[in-house]
Parts: sequence; structure tokens; C-alpha cells
Amino acid sequence: MNVLALIGRVFLTFLAAVGRLSRFALAAVTHMVRPPFYPRQILRQFIDIGYFSLPVVALTAIFSGMVLALQSHSGFARFQAEGAVAMVVALSITRELGPVLAGLMVAGRIGASMAAEIGTMRVTEQVDALTTLSTNPFKYLVSPRVLAGLLMMPLLVVVADILGIFGGYIIAIGKLGFNSGSYLANTWQVLEPLDVLSGLVKAAAFGFLIALLGCYNGYYSKGGAQGVGAATTNAVVSASILILIANYGITEIFFAQ
Amino acid sequence: MTEAAAPKIRLRDVHKRFGDKVVLDGIDLDVQAGESIVVIGGSGSGKSVLIKSIQGIVRPESGSIQVDGEEVIGMGGKQIERINAKIGMLFQGAALFDSLPVWENVSFGALQAGKLDRKAAYDLAVETLAKVGLTEDVAKLWPSELSGGMQKRVGLARAIATEPEIIFFDEPTTGLDPIMADVINDLIVTCVKRLGATAITITHDMASARKIADRVAMLYKGKLVWVGPIADIDNSGNPYVDQFIHGRAEGPITMDLRR
Repeated sequence: MNVLALIGRVFLTFLAAVGRLSRFALAAVTHMVRPPFYPRQILRQFIDIGYFSLPVVALTAIFSGMVLALQSHSGFARFQAEGAVAMVVALSITRELGPVLAGLMVAGRIGASMAAEIGTMRVTEQVDALTTLSTNPFKYLVSPRVLAGLLMMPLLVVVADILGIFGGYIIAIGKLGFNSGSYLANTWQVLEPLDVLSGLVKAAAFGFLIALLGCYNGYYSKGGAQGVGAATTNAVVSASILILIANYGITEIFFAQ
Repeated sequence: MTEAAAPKIRLRDVHKRFGDKVVLDGIDLDVQAGESIVVIGGSGSGKSVLIKSIQGIVRPESGSIQVDGEEVIGMGGKQIERINAKIGMLFQGAALFDSLPVWENVSFGALQAGKLDRKAAYDLAVETLAKVGLTEDVAKLWPSELSGGMQKRVGLARAIATEPEIIFFDEPTTGLDPIMADVINDLIVTCVKRLGATAITITHDMASARKIADRVAMLYKGKLVWVGPIADIDNSGNPYVDQFIHGRAEGPITMDLRR
């Protein structure tokens, strides 16, 4: 009986959290499209997410592309199918690794900093101070961040796609002895608009989730430094898990036969 | 009290609890326009929740809170913003926005309301900082570069910059040395007088209460156990007030050291 009660309680807590997060998401989106807007805040977030995440995302993408070329070459050599390297690199990067790896890296960088910043503002009463200054904290803090996540992640993933394929190209040409022209032609031939598009849709969804969970965990953090620490951890962990779950869902929508 | 002057702030039977803990237990209080009332009480007696309820940051379960005759409890976001536009607040830890320089903190309300361009907002900030005894050099600093006393003064400048009708002070002197505390008390008195504002101050610093208050209300376990003019506080005949103002460990107020 106690076990049942425990399961019930955990399930109810889970449902309550889902409900609260859904309301939070809805509020973030409705405030995004209703004035007043805070252009300086929005611009700051665009730069923070879009520009300052570039080095992390670029390095991740280049090395992932390089490893993919190496691994697929050594794997396909067993079937004398080395020619498929260009295809494997292009499709894996654009469809999966570009958006997912960029998403996970940005979740670590941006989700954590959002939760920590808003969490600190919460525990030092800066969020309440916004309310007393007739400024809606949702509009001022949450909506600019979620909007920036939604719009900047696809741009980051375009960069990740290009650099990931470039990483594979470097290894294929420099180490594996492919012909540059035919490798590029092969890559170009195999890529369909849908491959890139699906990756960009994923990126937008991941960006939304990262910013949403960063803000949500920060906004509801309590209990001083420890609470802010917990909020930061929760933001990164929950965003990472939701990215992987959403990745499956979106892949299913685009590619399930 | 005559019916002629409607109170600026009127609380009736306000109840608020967090889980099992009752924080406000039937609060009745009228604050007249231009009056300065000080709410005293120990830590955790519900003082902060009281003013946060008036601002709509915390929503009480039952009762009525009226500001200028308008019911605050249950108000929507836009209306709460309108009420808060009348209110300035000095937070306990100043709560300055550390991502903005001092001058943007001070003129934040005016900037966000779109009343001023950035140049005019800067001038307003410098002018308001002067009222709390700070020079223009401070305007361009960041909050993290200021001492605790200076942060409080900037917080005070931010609270009065929009010339509010009502000002709340949450433990304005906590954590300051006695001299800086007295400087803040003097600033509060002059700022409130100059604006003709209605003020509610939360404190457990009796020196501060004596300087600021017209009337004092004592909060204990969610109830107002005494409300009276500051002149009467030393002979209130109320055992709670006596114990509190003399800081005695023995008396009707017991500290819950073990739970």
C-alpha cells in the first residue's frame, strides 16, 4: 500500500511539474508576441547565444566530422564501400550530429548560465524588484531568452553543418586519399533539402527547450546558493534529456516511413 | 478615526499560509495618506510577506487589500503593474540589477515606462542620486563596485526616482553600521517628507523605528498584537511590545529554537 502511495505521489508531482512547465512555456510565448518589447534585452541574448556559442559549437562540429570520416572509412573498408564516407558524413552531420551535439553543448553553456543568472536574481529579490518597477519579469527576462534560443540555434546549426562536413572533408582528402572534387560532388549529390531542413527544425526546437528550461529552473529556484546550484544542474540535465527525446520525436515525424 | 479620509492602504482579515505555516493570520490595518507606519516584529513573523501581498507579489488566500480603494487581491498582471507604478520599494539587500550600471538602475522605472530617452534618464538618475547624497561619479559604476551602504542609497534613489505615492522599506538599516544606518534613516525621513508619500517600513531596529514612524504596528505569529503612535511605544502596556523594544529573552514571545 505504501509503495502504491509513493508511486502515486511521484506521478502526481511529475504531472504538476509538467503542468507548471506548460503554463510557463505558454506564458513565455504569449509575452513574446505582445508588447512592450525590450529590444536591448533581446539583442543581448541574441549575441550571448548566437555569437558567444560559436567557438564551442564550431569545435564540436569540426571534430565530430573528422571522427565520422575516420570511423566510417575504417568500418566501410570491410565491405569495400569506402566511397560511402562522403554520404555518411553529410547525412549524419546535417540530420543528427549537427543539431544534437550543438544542442547539448549550448544546453551546457547557455541553459546553465540562464538558470544561474535568473536564479540569483530570484534569491536576491531582483525579480521582485522588476515587478515593483512595473516591469513584467516574464517579458523582461524570459521571453527575450526563449526567442533568442528559438532563432539563434538554427543559425548555429547551419555553421555546425558546414564545419562538420568540412571536418570530414579535411580527413577524407588529407588522410584517406579521396579526390577533393569527387568528394565534394558526392556530398552535394547526396544531400536533399529535407536533410538540412529537418536539422534546422530540430535546432529551433532544441533552442526553445534549452532557453525555456534554463529560465524555468532559474525562475523557480529558492534557498540561496544551494538552490541556484540545483537549478543550474536541473536546467542542464532536463534540457539534455528533453533534447534527446525531442530528437527522436522530430526524426519520427520527418523520416519514419 | 473619521470616515471622511479613506485610507491609502486598507487591509482586512488578510490570511496567508505557506504549506502548514500560517504567515498572516487575519491582518487588519489602515494606513492613511502621507502617514509613515513602521511594522516591527521578529525574524519570520511575516513582515515581508505583508508588503509583498500589497504589491501583488504574494497572493493571500483570503481577506481584502485595497490601495486607493482598489482591491489588489485577484488583480491581473496589467492592473498590478498599474498599482505598482504608484509604489516605490527599497529591498533589504537593495536588489539592484547587477547587469545594469547604477544610473540605469535608478532610472529603470522611467526608462521602461518609455517616459524618457536615455540621456534624460541619465540626468534623472544623477539628480536623484544627489538627493541621497551620491555624486555623479557613482552613476557610471556597477552595483558590485559599491559598498553595502552605498547600495542601500542607490536602492533608495531607485525607489524615489519615479516620485511614488507609496514607498515600502524592507529592513532599510539591516547590515549597516550605526552611523550609516542613521544616515539612511535621515534620508528616508527627508525623502518621504519631500514626496509627501505614504510609507510602510519593516524593521526590527528600534532606533530606526523611532526616527521614521508616525505609528508602529507589531506583528507576532501572523497577527498584529499592537498598533499605536510611536510616542506611546514606551508605555504601551503591551507585554509583547515591551519585550521586543527592550530585547529581553524572557516574556510572552518565545523563540522556537527546536522544531
